[in-house]
Order: sequence, then C-alpha cells, then structure tokens
Amino acid sequence: MKILVPVKRVVDYNVKVRVKADGSGVDIANVKMSMNPFDEIAVEEAVRLKEAGVATEVVAVSCGVTACQETLRAAMAIGADRGILVETDVELQPLAVAKLLKAVCDKEQPDLVIAGKQAIDDDANQTGQMLSALMGWPQATFASKVALADGKAQVTREIDGGLETLSVKLPAVVTTDLRLNEPRYATLPNIMKAKKKPLDTVKPADLGVDVAPRLTTLKVSEPPKRSAGERVADVAQLVDKLKNVAKVI
Amino acid sequence: MSNYSAPIRDMQFVMRELAGLDEVAQLPGNEEVSPDLVDAILEEADKFASGVLAPLNWTGDQEGAKWNDGAVTTAPGWKDAYKQFAESGWTALAGDTNYGGQGLPKLLSTAVMEMWKSANMAFSLCPMLTTGAIEALLLRGTDEQKEMYLPKMISGEWTGTMNLTEPQAGSDLAAVRTKAEPQGDGTYKIFGQKIFITYGDHDMTDNIIHLVLARLPDAPEGVKGISLFVVPKFMVNADGSLGARNDVHCVSIEHKLGIHASPTCVLAFGDKGGAIGTLVGEPNRGLEYMFIMMNEARFAVGMEGLALSERAYQHALQYAKDRVQGTDAGVRGGPKVNILHHADVRRLLMNMKSKTEAMRALAYVVGAAFDKAHNHPDESVRAQNQAFVDLMIPVVKGWCTENSIDVTSDGVQVHGGMGFIEETGAAQHFRDSRITTIYEGTTAIQANDLIGRKIARENGVTIAGVVKMMRAVEAELAGAGDAALGAIAKSLGAGVSAVEEAVAYILATYSQDIKAASVGSVPFLKLLGIVAGGWQMGRAALIAKRKLEAGEGEASFYKTKIVTARFYADHVLAQASGLAYTIVNGAAGALELSEEQF
Repeated sequence: MKILVPVKRVVDYNVKVRVKADGSGVDIANVKMSMNPFDEIAVEEAVRLKEAGVATEVVAVSCGVTACQETLRAAMAIGADRGILVETDVELQPLAVAKLLKAVCDKEQPDLVIAGKQAIDDDANQTGQMLSALMGWPQATFASKVALADGKAQVTREIDGGLETLSVKLPAVVTTDLRLNEPRYATLPNIMKAKKKPLDTVKPADLGVDVAPRLTTLKVSEPPKRSAGERVADVAQLVDKLKNVAKVI
Repeated sequence: MSNYSAPIRDMQFVMRELAGLDEVAQLPGNEEVSPDLVDAILEEADKFASGVLAPLNWTGDQEGAKWNDGAVTTAPGWKDAYKQFAESGWTALAGDTNYGGQGLPKLLSTAVMEMWKSANMAFSLCPMLTTGAIEALLLRGTDEQKEMYLPKMISGEWTGTMNLTEPQAGSDLAAVRTKAEPQGDGTYKIFGQKIFITYGDHDMTDNIIHLVLARLPDAPEGVKGISLFVVPKFMVNADGSLGARNDVHCVSIEHKLGIHASPTCVLAFGDKGGAIGTLVGEPNRGLEYMFIMMNEARFAVGMEGLALSERAYQHALQYAKDRVQGTDAGVRGGPKVNILHHADVRRLLMNMKSKTEAMRALAYVVGAAFDKAHNHPDESVRAQNQAFVDLMIPVVKGWCTENSIDVTSDGVQVHGGMGFIEETGAAQHFRDSRITTIYEGTTAIQANDLIGRKIARENGVTIAGVVKMMRAVEAELAGAGDAALGAIAKSLGAGVSAVEEAVAYILATYSQDIKAASVGSVPFLKLLGIVAGGWQMGRAALIAKRKLEAGEGEASFYKTKIVTARFYADHVLAQASGLAYTIVNGAAGALELSEEQF
C-alpha cells in the first residue's frame, strides 16, 4: 500500500508573526519556517502504518518554493521514503494545491492520502476536502484514530460533542487532527539517510495545472487589542451584561 | 520556567563565515557534510534541546539526583530523556565510524554540544564524560577493550566516567593512592576511593564503564607511576551480556552549589575483595593519556561557559521585554515602559549578548581548527592548526567559564529582586556556572598552562602568529571607511598592543621569576580571551559590512552584528590595557606579604 502525504512549509509555530505595514500580508522575511504541525502528524501516522507493515511506501509531496525541499527532507527524516516537490514561486491557494495534488495522485496512484486538516498559516482547512472531491474519493477529516483493514479505513473523527467513527473505502483522503499521534523526534541516522533519499522536482506546468490565484487578499490586519474587563456586582448583573452588552447569550 | 531556543542564525553565521564550514566540509572523511545537512541537524537538535532537555533543567535543579543505599536515582524525567537522547542517535554524532559513530566534524558537534549545555547542563555532563572515556579507550585501548565497550558507549547504551580525583589528589594528581594489583590473568584488582565522579552511578543505563587512575605495586612515585584502568560496573561476558556486579560502589553523592541533577559520586573500589579491571595502554603512562584527552575535555567545559551565558541571556532578555517599570528617562509623565528602555538594562544585556557572541565565535573557530589539525591532508596545515588549538584551549576553557560567572550574574541583575528568587530561574544559571572555572583544571591551572607550556616554552612563536592575524583584521577595519568599524579597529589595536606588551613581559620574566609571571597569568588569560574575542567580533563586523554592501541576506542580522561588535569593542575590549598594566606591575603587591602578615 502506498500512502501519499502532502506537507506544507509554514512559519514556525513558535514565531510571533507581524502584519506588514501596508496590510498586504504577514511579514515572513527571515523568519523561521518549518513543517506545518498537522502535516507532521500526517507523516508520523503514515510512517507508523509502514512500520506496522500495513503500508509499503510513504511519499511526501510539497508544493511551493525551492526551500520546500527542507520540509520534504524533514518528512524523510521522520521516515517518508521519497519526496516530490512541485516547485513554483506563485502564491498557492487551496484549490491550486488540491489540483496539483490530484495530478500527483493520478501519477502515483496512492491507496491513501493523509493530509493535515489545515495549515497553521492560512487556516483554510480546504485542501484535503477539495482533493477528495477532485479525485472522487471518500474523505474522513479531523481524524483522531485511523485503522486500515480489508481495503477500508476506519477513521475516528473529532466532532462537536464527541467522536464519530466512519468507514471509508480506499483510496481515500484522511486529514489529521491534533490528537491522532505525537510526532517523534527525528533520529540523527535518519536525518543523514534523508539526504540520500530520492527527491523529484516538477513544475505545475509539467502537471498541466494552472495555479493562478483565484482569491484576492484585500487586507490583513492585527486582531483588535482586547479591551479592559469590567467588574460585576452579582450574577444578575453578569447575566444582564452577557445578554445586553456582550450579546452572547 | 524559561524557554530555550537555539540561536541557530548566529550559529550558522559563525560556522559558515568565521569558522570556515566549507573548508571543514572538504576535509577527508567529511564528504557527507553539506550545508543543508548541517542545517537539518541543527534544527533537529534544537527541537530536542528545547523540547526535551530544557524543560527538565529547572525540575532537575530543584529535585536533584538522590542517593539511597548505594545507588543513585536521577531526577524525575532524566531516565526517559536519556533513553530518547541515545535512541535519537545524538550520543553517536562525533563518534568513530568504526564503532557505530557518525564521525561528523568537531565544528558541528561543537554547535550541537552548545545546545545540550544551554538546554540542560546537568544532563549534558553524562554524555560529555562518556565521550572522554570513549576517547581514552579509542586512543590506547586494546582491540578487545574497544570491541567490548565502544559500540555500546557510542550508541549511548552504556555511559562512561573518568575517575581521577581522590581526597588528597585534586589538582595534584601525582598524589593518587588507589592501588591496582595484578591477578596474573591479565586482570587487576583495584582498591581505593575516588571522589567527584560525575555520573559515577545512576539509573539511566544497565552498565557504567569507569576509567580509573591507579598505581601498580612497583610503580615509581609521582606522576610517572600512575596507570589507567577500565573498570565496568557490571562485568561484561564474552558474548556482550552482563555478568557479575563488580566491586565498585557509590557510597555517597555531594550536595553542591549547582548542577544538582548531575550526581557527583564518591566511588569505593574494592571494599568487598577488589574491583576487577583491565589495563588501558602501557603501565605508568595513565596521566600522559589523560593529557592527550585534556584538550577535548577542557574545550567542552569552555563550551559550558558559552552555553550558560546564552541561556542566561535569553532568560534575561525575555524578562526585560515583559517587565514594565517606570517611564523612559527624560520623559515626564510618559507611559510606563518595559525595562529594556532603561540605559543600564541595555548595557547589561549588551554585555551579555556581545560576550556570548564573542565566545561563540572564538570557540567555534577553535572547533574548526581541531578538525583541520586532525584531518587536513597537508601536514604543515595540521601542525599549524594544532599549535593554534593548543594555545587557545586554556583561553576557551578559562575565559569562557570566567565570563559565564559575570554574564549569568548580569542575568540575575537584569531581573532585579526577582533574580534573587529561586523560582525565577535566573539564579540557577549563576549557580550552575560556578563550577565551570573549577573542574577540569581551575582557571589558574589553565593560565599556568597558557603562559608556561603554550607561550614561554616555545618562546611565543604561536602567539606571535596570532597577533599578526589580529593586526591584519585591525588594518582592514581601519581601512573600511566606516565609523563603527573604525572604532572597533581602534579598540582592537589597543587590545593587541596590550597582548604584545604582556607577552613580552611573560617571556622576559618566566624563566627569571616564575612567581611574578604567575601572578599575572589569570589576568593574561582574560586579556588574551578578551582580545581574541574582539578579533573574531572584528572579523564578524567586516563580513557583516560586506554582506550589507552586497545586499545579501538579512540586513537586520548584519546591522545587529556590527552594533554588537562595536559595543564589545567599547565596553569589553577597552579593558585590555588595564589588564596589561596589572600583568606587568601586579607582582609586587601580590607576593610581598609574609604568611604571618596574612
């Protein structure tokens, strides 16, 4: 069984990003970049399936600038067998990434795609779902447990108010939630081996995909500063404020 | 507690631009070392250091290692962290490839070592001592000893210790009394007591391999009568499995000012009939073997000075950004500001930052020289680098550790009253740093080595070559046509003159009046450290300026580097002439009083 794992290079989760002065976006010049944490969970899950003898090959795919190679190497250091970089300097939106991944899936014919549920930079939470639609494959999003058997994936997903377990036929798209697993620290020998694993580079044009952005960012701004709290005299006043001032109940 | 995040950008800058990573990568045996491999290793080591080791630093300090009924229990979390550390392959980073190591260059292992030591110095001592024991076995062990111990020590499955000190034999190892009695079957029975044995016992691995200095029955008195033995905690069977418990036992651990989580053991050998050991190398040459490894060990302790300074700086900087107190000086009724606005807090932080960066630059340059001294194809280049390493080891050891006491103290000061409160965590760095100027040879031992073996004995040849390189950097800075670089040139020039003056005094005095020369030895070690640090900061400023002019890379990093170098020149390098004065004039006052007058 072949598993394909898309990985995105994003601003490291420890970095406190700043909005550019002109409001056109977030300043990412010279900030630390690393693999999207949800994608790391996806790689870990795929590698565990391989280690358990369920999967035979794990392929990591990244779409974006040349530096995404580092992200692919990081995935290979965790245990992915090889990497594919779809290289472009164009700003990629979820639909474009989904189309690129579809083209890669058509070529690679994986039995399962495990993707992060969303990327921590744009928080779009769309790519996995779009890919499933484009491929005509079933999807099971926000997975907190994945079990594969008899050509099916049993996926426990975190939903409002509890857990839901789905059974989807493979090939399918599964997206990972935070509690699926805890990614390992890459070992030194594996970091060194990752340098020798194959990494292919293709261009969007080679895949016949038009990646031009369909959405326009109008403005990016810092969240408003939280205003000072207010002390209430009793529960009745609290309820009144929540109803009439905050309008939350 | 405080977080740690490795200063990867500065590490990369120093490795690539100052220490010559490219050149190191081209040395035979380093074929696999590429810039992206180095980056990937630094990133992953940072993850491990900040994610696993750093969070245990404070709890380790508070809980400490515990001794009970002959056995040491490490602080909570230690055992798991060590297991993960070994399984991740970090113990094997620089290890010999013949025994399962990765054989990566010293320059890289230096940067990674800095991270372990910044994140958790008490933890880092265990792999560090193991490395020393591995070195000794590699250098002088028999093939059988190497096969038996090295693979498991390099993989981290077992750890190692160095047993030198005894109650009456501290800096003076000639006084070692531990005995080794030949059994006639190639083994020896060891009897005696060793103190200050770092990780002499612990619960993290199944076996511990002790290297022990002891005397054979017919050994001559003094330094030429000490042999080196390997004594495992559990005997090792021919098939590699563990056999009987050996007669070496931890009878207590010390209560210390710092590094509480590192068990400092009193080890009793032979209380129950004799601890079985085998000889390493030839009889009576143990101390000589120790000296071969001394450079590595002293360098590693020097790195502790750098690493603790970095950690203390990160801690203090975070606090200064968060702590709001008072208004900006000269602003009446202005808003309350964080203390980073206050001039003296800035001075303290810049002191910490600039010294830390200067130490990193010098230490990594020496790390790269280790690589070249060992692996360069050209013999004369090897010799030249070895001479540089030999000269600079006491400086890296002595200067970085002395600095760390000042820097971690400044870190406490930035915190104000909160710095004096243990829960803040700043005090731990200060306490932990205090051992570094003492163990592995006190600063005075380093300074004696520096003025004696490294300068007087060779009539100042190597130091003269270094001074020449410093002058070249001074000239380049002066000719750069830049105000900041010009100021650095001026300060560096005065510093180099101070070194020349002090060296001339030492060369003239050493053979005539060794005590007079020795009074100035620690000030000289500090002087050379300060000026060598300034030399590297000067180089850094020149490179930063070139990068800015070429529009390469991130401008803010390079601008910051120039400002930091400038601060170092004005505040730290400027102390050089005062030190030279003390070196040349300081003997009289120090030596004149009779014992009764004290």
